[in-house]
Amino acid sequence: MVEFKIKGNSVSILLSGVLDGTKCIDAPVQVLHHKKISLTGKDIVSWNTDFVVELFTLLKRVPKENITYSGLPEGMERLLELAFQNPYKDQKNAQEKSSFLECIGNWGICFWRSVEKGCAFIHQCLSSWGRQLTGVAVYRKKDFWMVLADCGPKAILIVSLISFMVGLILAFVGALQLKTFGAQVYVASLVTIGMTRIMGAIMTGIIMAGRTGASYAATIGTMQVNEELDALQTMGISRTDFLVLPRMNALLLSMPILILLSDIMGILGGCFVCVLFWDIPLVEYIKYTLNSFDLTNFLVGVFHGVVFGFVIAVCGCYFGVHCGRNADSVGTATTNAVVYAIVWMIIMTGLITLLCERIGI
Amino acid sequence: MKQDPIIHVENLDIGYDRKVIMRNLSFDIPKGDIFIIMGGSGCGKSTLLRTLTGLIPAQSGRIFIQGVEMSAASLDEKLEIMKHSGILYQSGALFSSMTLAENVALPLQQYTPYSQDKIDQIVSFKLALVGLAGYEDYYPSEISGGMCKRAGLARALALDPEIVYFDEPSAGLDPVSSKNLDDLILEINKTLGTTIIVVTHELPSIFAIAKHSIFLDKSVQTISAEGNPKDLLKNPPNNQVYEFLTRGASHEKRAK
Repeated sequence: MVEFKIKGNSVSILLSGVLDGTKCIDAPVQVLHHKKISLTGKDIVSWNTDFVVELFTLLKRVPKENITYSGLPEGMERLLELAFQNPYKDQKNAQEKSSFLECIGNWGICFWRSVEKGCAFIHQCLSSWGRQLTGVAVYRKKDFWMVLADCGPKAILIVSLISFMVGLILAFVGALQLKTFGAQVYVASLVTIGMTRIMGAIMTGIIMAGRTGASYAATIGTMQVNEELDALQTMGISRTDFLVLPRMNALLLSMPILILLSDIMGILGGCFVCVLFWDIPLVEYIKYTLNSFDLTNFLVGVFHGVVFGFVIAVCGCYFGVHCGRNADSVGTATTNAVVYAIVWMIIMTGLITLLCERIGI
Repeated sequence: MKQDPIIHVENLDIGYDRKVIMRNLSFDIPKGDIFIIMGGSGCGKSTLLRTLTGLIPAQSGRIFIQGVEMSAASLDEKLEIMKHSGILYQSGALFSSMTLAENVALPLQQYTPYSQDKIDQIVSFKLALVGLAGYEDYYPSEISGGMCKRAGLARALALDPEIVYFDEPSAGLDPVSSKNLDDLILEINKTLGTTIIVVTHELPSIFAIAKHSIFLDKSVQTISAEGNPKDLLKNPPNNQVYEFLTRGASHEKRAK
């Protein structure tokens, strides 16, 4: 049982009987804040920590020097003293709600800052690449071979599988339409031109953004969490030269080769469908493939690959380097690296297509 | 009559994969004790702690916690024991995406039928117990390392555990914060009667809080001393223990 006696500036709380904390305290909390509290125990049969929690909730804003104890069980008194050891810190002020215009303004400022940061990072990457040509920028060759192995040979299987399936789907859907004109043999041309010109590059780019770009962001982001990037900076080592350059070089080198592989696998996928499902003779398929193969298309595809390699490396490394210092931030950095890489690859594809249209290829 | 120990370890071998780091460990931890596992760097202190808490399996031997043999216990029995244990990791191991209140509330939401109001009250109380009253809405990144450890302790105490394990509690703390944490450990032991098991090699902490201790000796791959550290310093059983407790003074030199 809990009894309250309020006399002027002091409040006497008498505790007795069974104190089990099932809502046995009922008092207006505001009344107690600036008062002297006297907690007195008398004939307490039993008590538990639930009761102490309720008592603490009631008195938590009262300064400890305003509370006196008498006749309480030893354990309860010690527990209360421990809980009141430090004054209660006022909760953080809830952030004031911004107006709609303020939100747009803040978004604009953030967007402009991120554009500035992004441009500065691309500038750093390009100048680092330039310094490499003059032999000024150095990195560990071992790191380069490791990342090259990761984004080259280890990616062959997944790139082959996806490209084969894309070629297969392209041929199947294309043949369904061309069949109405009795022109299903032109599926070979469709697959060859489609894969070599753009599809091979886009599929490889998307796979590599999800596989390698994410890995770059996670690796460098974790290095940020572990303060390894700070260590590099304090040692006077450029993080762009040391971390970004080998990754960028590895992707610039491996992307054209993977695109070549993707083109071949896509054409094989098309061949598989045509020969097995549409009864087109293998010789016919090869003939139409060779007829429609154009070196310009192939080189445009490879050029896409080089650009995509740069985009993936920059996005992965940018979000890794600008990662926060906790586990959550690494996840966010990885997601952003993949999303931004894919978005920028599509934008770059549009720009290259326009450029090709202008110069007539 | 002598009370049953809360933890009883019998001929325990610990290690990773098939590599044994410590052999034939046997000791008892009485209820309400502050028990220190001490030893030099890399001797297997943290491995022993991870084995006691069930994070890694024992290579051989038996561990009894509250009378239940861990290797033979069912999943439900193990879960019940885990509910009565709290662990404070070196870094505090708070979830960075959650506020301190959400961190402390997590085990309560998981294992108790309490309403959110009740959980909020308990969370405030536990944070106050560790000297963080009013810090409910702060994120781990907004408070100091010492405060993170105290918040980690509040989370470890959330379910009123009977045993709390500490892995290097003083690591990375300044001497004052380290002493404050030692005081807090003593207060919690005294007030709540919680059994405290601490892995550390910080001598001031060892002498300030320990009631019992074991010394893991890398050279012999087992326990080479057992008892109160102050008694061990007075009557060191071997040179390794004396060197450890005196920060490198030689036993022979002392004998002269």
